[in-house]
Amino acid sequence: MSDVTKRDKTIKVDMLARVEGEGAFKVEVKDNKVVHTEFRIFEPPRFFEAFLQGRDHSEAPDITARICGICPVAYQMSSVQAMEMALGIEVSQPIKDLRRLLYCGEWIESHVLHAAMLHAPDFLGYASALDMAKDHPDVVKLALEYKKIGNSIVSAVGGREIHPINVKVGGWWKAPPKAKLREVQENLKRALDMAEAFVDFTASLDFPDKERDYHMVCIEEPNGLYPMYEGTRLISNRGLDIPVTEFNDTFDEHHVKQSNALQGRTRDGGAYLTGPLPRWNLAYDKLSDRAKAAAERVGLGREVKNPYRSITVRAVESLYAVEEAIRLIEDYEEFDPASMPVTPRAGTGMGASEAPRGMLFHQYTLEPDGAIAKAQIVPPTAQNQPSIEEDLAEYIADILDRPDDEIQWLCEQTIRNYDPCISCATHFLDLTIERG
Amino acid sequence: MRKPRLGVWKFSSCDGCQLSLLDCEDELLAVAGAIDIAYFPEATRKDDDGGRYDIAFVEGSVTTPHEAELIRDVRQRADTLITLGACATSGGIQALKNGADVTDFIAAVYAHPDFIDTLDTATPISDHVKVDFELRGCPISKPHLIELVAATLAGRAPQTPAHSVCYECKLAGHVCVMVAEGKPCLGPVTHAGCGALCPGYARGCYGCFGPKETPNTAALAARLAGNGADKRQIHRLFSTFNTNAPEFREEAKAHE
Repeated sequence: MSDVTKRDKTIKVDMLARVEGEGAFKVEVKDNKVVHTEFRIFEPPRFFEAFLQGRDHSEAPDITARICGICPVAYQMSSVQAMEMALGIEVSQPIKDLRRLLYCGEWIESHVLHAAMLHAPDFLGYASALDMAKDHPDVVKLALEYKKIGNSIVSAVGGREIHPINVKVGGWWKAPPKAKLREVQENLKRALDMAEAFVDFTASLDFPDKERDYHMVCIEEPNGLYPMYEGTRLISNRGLDIPVTEFNDTFDEHHVKQSNALQGRTRDGGAYLTGPLPRWNLAYDKLSDRAKAAAERVGLGREVKNPYRSITVRAVESLYAVEEAIRLIEDYEEFDPASMPVTPRAGTGMGASEAPRGMLFHQYTLEPDGAIAKAQIVPPTAQNQPSIEEDLAEYIADILDRPDDEIQWLCEQTIRNYDPCISCATHFLDLTIERG
Repeated sequence: MRKPRLGVWKFSSCDGCQLSLLDCEDELLAVAGAIDIAYFPEATRKDDDGGRYDIAFVEGSVTTPHEAELIRDVRQRADTLITLGACATSGGIQALKNGADVTDFIAAVYAHPDFIDTLDTATPISDHVKVDFELRGCPISKPHLIELVAATLAGRAPQTPAHSVCYECKLAGHVCVMVAEGKPCLGPVTHAGCGALCPGYARGCYGCFGPKETPNTAALAARLAGNGADKRQIHRLFSTFNTNAPEFREEAKAHE
C-alpha cells in the first residue's frame, strides 16, 4: 500500500474506508519533508445541478435529498429555504420549529453513526465498529440504541429515516400527530443518559495534541439559537458577517485535477473550515446549560482548535439535539394547513443550513412558471477539501520517521475528523463526457 | 459451520441503501455474528482480499468505465449477487443524463472537462452482469433487507411483495389522495415496499420503488391528464428515481 525509500516516500490509500462515498489520499515526502498532499475524490460525478434544470421548484427537496443518504434532511432544509426565498414565501414559526425538530433527528443519527461507528475505531485501533464491539460491546450497543432514537425522530416527522417524504416547499405535507411525537419524546428522555455517557466515552479517548488556526465559518440563526436550520447570515472567527445572499461574493469554487468535486475557498484564495468546530467556537454560548456542563465535565473548553476533539464536540452537539428535540416536542401542536400557499414566479433564492458535517448552501433561479433555470449546491465536504489537504501536510510533519502504517493510520484519522461525505461533494459537477 | 462471506460494493449512488444495513440497529450485531462481513468499506477498513464471496450486495449504477469493469470482476467472484435499491436496479436518478443532449451538457461544463472520466449513461447492474435478486426502492425498505438476509442465510427465496403501492394503500386504510383530492399519484403502477407511505402523509406516491409487474401506465397517465396534469408534469412524474426503468421511461417518452 505504500512505497518506502530512505527519506522519500509516498503514503497513499486508494480507497478510504469508513466514510460516506469514494475517496483516496496521497502524501509525498521528500528529504523528510511533506512536499505534497492530495485528498482525491473519485466518487463518480452524478450531475445533479445539470438535471435539476427544467424540473419544477417543488421537486427540489425530494431530488436533492438523493445526493446523500446520510444527510438527506440537510439537503431538504437548505433547498426549501432557498426556494421559499425565490418564491417570496415566509413560512410560519410552527413550520420552522418542526423543521428544526427533523434536523435534530438527523444530527443525532448522523453524529452518533460517525462518532461511534466510523471514527471511534481510529482512536481504539480497530478496523471497524463491529470488530470494536467484541471488546467494547457496551459502547457499540449504546451507540446503536442512541442512533435509533435519532432515526425515530426522522421517521416520525419525515415519514422514513432515509429520504424523508414529508418535507415540502412552503411547509409540510402533513403535520404529524401530537401523540406520535409524544412517544418519541419518551424515548428522547431516555436518551439523555445515553447522550451524557456517550460524551464521557468520546472524551476518554486519546487525542493527538495537534491544532491549527482555522478560518471557521458557520451559519447564524436569526433567533439566537445554536446554528442548525435557519441560515440567514454567515459568520466566521475572522470577522466575516454577511447575509446568506452574499455567499457567492465571498466564496468561490475551484476545479482541481485530483477531485471530482469542486473545492471551496474564500475569494482571496484561503482555505476555510465548516462543521462542528466552527459551530462550537462561534456559538458556544447558545448551547444549553446541560450541554455546557457536560463539556466542562470532560474538559472541553469553549475554544476548540484540535480537530481530533471534534468527536467530543459531536457528542455534545448530539446531547444538545436531544434536549432541543424534547423542547420542540413539548411545545408542539398540530397545525393545518401544513403548508403556506405557493404561487410560482420568477426569482432567485439562497438557503444555508448546518448539515452535521458542515454548512450546506443552495441557490436556485426560477422561471416565471416555477421551473428551475439554474441550481447551485455547495456541500460541506467540498468546502473542507483544501483544509483537509493542509491538515495532512501539517499534522504528520513530526512523525515522518515512524513506520508507514502508523503514518497512514493518522492520515486516515485526520480525514475522518471531517466526517467527509463524498457523495455529497461530488454530486454537483456539470457534465463532461469522455468519448473513447 | 463456515459463516458466509459477504461483500458490499458501492457504485454511483448516495450511500443510503447500504446505510440501511447500519440502520438495522436492533439486528446489526446479530447479522455481524452470523455473517463474515469481509468487505464493506463504508463500515470497515478491511480491504477486498481478491477472494470469493458467498454473497455480494451491490448498491449504485454503472456510470464510469471503471465501474463497468469492476462489476464484471465482482460477479466472477460472487456466488450470489444481489442489487440494493433503485440505482442498482434501474439506474437511479443519475440516469436522467441518459436522454440528455450531450452538447448542451458540455456547454454547461466547468473549468477542466479533461479531468473527468465518465460514461454518457447510468445503467442498472443487470445491463452488465447476471443479477440473482433485486431489492427495489429509493431507499430500500429495512424489513425487506432483513428478510433478504434471513432468507439468504436459510437458503430460501426472499419473500417480498410484488403487488402495487395502491394495494398497500388500501390495506393501510388511507383515503385515496387521487380520487378524493385529485393529487397526482403513481401508486397504481408502483411496486409495493414502502407501505404506502406518501398517501399516509396526504401526498401522492412518487414512485421510489419503480414499476410493478405489468403496470398500466397509459391508463394512469390518462387519468392524471383528466385531473388536470399537463404533459410536462406527467413527463416529470415518470422521470425521477426510476427514470430508466423501461415502463416508466416509455411512458415519460409518450409525454415529451
